[in-house]
Amino acid sequence: MDDKMRRTLYNIYMGLFLVYLLVPLGLMGGAAFNDSRLPSVYPWKGLTDRWFIELWNDSTMWTSFANTILVALAVVALAVPIGTASAILVNSISGRVRSVLYGIMVAPVLAPGAVIGISTILFWNKLSVPTGLHLSVLGQVSYIAAFVMLMVLARLQSFDQNLEEAALDLGASHGQVMRRILLPHLYPAIGAGAAISFFQSIENFNVTLFTRGTSQTLTVYVFSKVRSGVTPSINALALLLIIATLSAALLYEVRRRRLAAVEAAREAEARRAEEAGVL
Amino acid sequence: MSELLRRYGPTLTGAFVLLTAFWLLMLVILPNVTLFEASFRPYLPVTEVGGPKDFYSFGNYMKFFANSTDTDIFGFNLPVPIHVKIFFGTIYFSTLVTFITFVIAYPLAFYLAKVVTPKSLPTLFLLLFVPMWVSEVLRSFAWWLILAYKGPLNAVLQGVGILDAPVRWISGYRAIIIGLVYTYVLFMVFPIYNAIQSLDTNQIEAAQDLGSPWWRTHWRVILPHAKPGIASGSVIVFMLAAGSLLVPALLGSPTSLWFTQTIQQWMLEAQDWNTGAAYAFLFLILCTCFVSLVMWLFKVQLTDIAK
Amino acid sequence: MSAGIELDDVCCDFGSFRAVDHVNVSIQPGEFFSFLGPSGCGKTTILRMISGFTDPSAGMIRIGGKDMKGQRPNQRPTALIFQNLALFPLMPIWENIAFGLEVRGVAKAERRAKAEELLRLVDLPDAADKMVSQLSGGQKQRVAIARALAVEPSVMLLDEPLSALDLKLRQHMRAELRAIQKRTGVTFIYITHDQGEALAMSDRVGVMSQGRLQQVANPRDIYNNPTNGFVASFVGENNIFTGTVGSEAAGFARFETPHGAFRARANVQGGRDLKLYVRPEHTLISAVPGLENSLPVTVTDVAFEGNFISVHAVSQSGATLLAELRNDGSVAIPAPGDALHMSFAAENASILPDGLVRGE
Repeated sequence: MDDKMRRTLYNIYMGLFLVYLLVPLGLMGGAAFNDSRLPSVYPWKGLTDRWFIELWNDSTMWTSFANTILVALAVVALAVPIGTASAILVNSISGRVRSVLYGIMVAPVLAPGAVIGISTILFWNKLSVPTGLHLSVLGQVSYIAAFVMLMVLARLQSFDQNLEEAALDLGASHGQVMRRILLPHLYPAIGAGAAISFFQSIENFNVTLFTRGTSQTLTVYVFSKVRSGVTPSINALALLLIIATLSAALLYEVRRRRLAAVEAAREAEARRAEEAGVL
Repeated sequence: MSELLRRYGPTLTGAFVLLTAFWLLMLVILPNVTLFEASFRPYLPVTEVGGPKDFYSFGNYMKFFANSTDTDIFGFNLPVPIHVKIFFGTIYFSTLVTFITFVIAYPLAFYLAKVVTPKSLPTLFLLLFVPMWVSEVLRSFAWWLILAYKGPLNAVLQGVGILDAPVRWISGYRAIIIGLVYTYVLFMVFPIYNAIQSLDTNQIEAAQDLGSPWWRTHWRVILPHAKPGIASGSVIVFMLAAGSLLVPALLGSPTSLWFTQTIQQWMLEAQDWNTGAAYAFLFLILCTCFVSLVMWLFKVQLTDIAK
Repeated sequence: MSAGIELDDVCCDFGSFRAVDHVNVSIQPGEFFSFLGPSGCGKTTILRMISGFTDPSAGMIRIGGKDMKGQRPNQRPTALIFQNLALFPLMPIWENIAFGLEVRGVAKAERRAKAEELLRLVDLPDAADKMVSQLSGGQKQRVAIARALAVEPSVMLLDEPLSALDLKLRQHMRAELRAIQKRTGVTFIYITHDQGEALAMSDRVGVMSQGRLQQVANPRDIYNNPTNGFVASFVGENNIFTGTVGSEAAGFARFETPHGAFRARANVQGGRDLKLYVRPEHTLISAVPGLENSLPVTVTDVAFEGNFISVHAVSQSGATLLAELRNDGSVAIPAPGDALHMSFAAENASILPDGLVRGE
């Protein structure tokens, strides 16, 4: 088997994998337009927009949607400061304490969602806090904060500590160093962390199921719909969600490429200056 | 600690410590301690909590071994408690899912790391990330549609003549495995990709130059280097699969209970939080043991997995 | 404006390791003072103690006569230029320069005006709105200097800021730094391991080794009159003879070595580990024996270095010697294998003790 043929095989494999990943989503989205009571693209009974209208008029969906967004925003508001603070903390200690702390911080990522949900309601129930979406927020933060922590920690590795000292030396207070030097360096990671927190929270099912009490979120709503009389309005919802995530991802990628191009142009200018012997 | 104070001053250091302490104590450690404690107490009406019937026992854990049914194990018909059976079923099928995702993911990770031209990498990654950002419930729903008895898969397979009659895909553990593999395969691709990417391409070329056939190059050079990535991918996929509730609930059948579903039954249907706690704790401990065993076998650390 | 600095018996320990060992030095206001030494000699620790990032374990640091104990870096009248410059990559150049003013609450228009004034001073008038990544190495250097000057420090501390530049730029920046220092009159404390830099720019040089300050003197004296063997051999090259000191008279002594007895300058008592040091450019080559301190040698290698020629030779007693000839055509260039004589004048040779060592 020569190199070129192997390459072709690899390309075919990659293509098949992408088909495998994307076709189910396409089929699900396509069914939203099928004029059939059953959510499927097959058999095709004609194009319709009635499932979108049904979705629009579904008040439960709107409450679930509002709840989901509120929970996600609350999770971001808690997980981002917690994750950032603990990353800075872990980054400036060393030795055994560091590895123990790090271990406790990362463990919730691997813990099954059901366990997180149950331990959260048991603990807060002891403090006489009833179940509800506020506990969903706390349960989700317990592991989502770890994602933010890991991302900020990775970004901190590329931070030049001299910048902090330079700023202090120029007379800045610790608060000013934080606001003008360290946080601006961390913003890309904090932004990505916030995005991940937001999406993780929207996606979350396990923790929410145990902690929500009687409130609905979008995942729970979709789940209960699928279990009890699904209509293609769920497909309409799925399609809209996929389009929303896809646009967010595209926007992010376009922005990233633009920033990379600007930086490359700057570095090229520095190289030219260097070569021109500018002293 | 002194370095923290020197770098950030007392006010900020205080804030960092408080935020971290809130997280680790109030959201992680104390809830788990409560879970552990509650799992040894009986489920009682509110009025009797703290009363004479409220004492520590293994009662909740003993329920795990109740309700034996005869099960065929290597040709022997043995009575096995139903929850024990579900538990080992969950472990077994999660391992199977982990193995299948590895088989699918390894060539992909290698392709992304060493074969594809770097220019098309960002676009490929974008395409791969899209399904990952689509929520788990929708991904399971998509397969629920595809695998339906009168769904597109049966239609296509019958259309091209592979099947004579439609197959009931959603029965037993079959559909659960299909759904779990689809949902978690990318969590296997990215860790292995990261590991292979850090391998110096010269090493691969050196092996080929020394006359090694492609399979031996993989076996002796690339696989060993990718080991930490494989281990972390396996741990993540295994934990996600075993801990999944959505996929088994949507793609499962009455004959294929997942262990998380028994926990859910105790918690939400029986409203017996104490037994639920015992089951959750058991699940946590056994999964942790299993993962530790795998990590010990592969000689990898928790720090490597979190990358 | 500028302030003097006194280090009064300063020590600094890291665990059981003594990085700085009883250093005493008084630096005058407006002086360009260099700490010169190999890496690990403690010079960077001294700089960090003056700037306030590291606390001395013992002793006192005074700036402008004021004890700096308990003063944090942002409270001291010093400005530090880091080895890697530590320019803020996410701010445009003018914000970098004006950062020290910004944190002091100076209004934006005033900050901008000051930044532009400083950019003119360092000869970068058009760079205000560029980003750090757009500048060449030398330009970044100037921005770092401007940023430090913006806070009008009494003392500028420079931590090997030229080490990342190529040779030509480095030589240009030496003159530039010296000119800026003269123009502003600020006390400069400069850390370097490059003797050329230290000698070319400084009013005075402090040579350090093993945490000890070995000698403080003006560049000429450091080179011509080193007080110990470490200073002599760290700054420039030497032919070195081991031996014992004999009779001493009028600053000159007789020095017995396995290669013969020499006469050289000496102001030391006998008994300690003493060596005789003579510079290659003071080592003379002749076909007949020299007037004093002469050895018969065989030339082993001749290297053409451009403005001078290195002649390596070995004496009949086995000593290896190096002589440098000016490439001005005044002497015949020897060839390997030539049998010649090498000699040196007593006033060009010094008998010196070894350098001070840590904890002594």
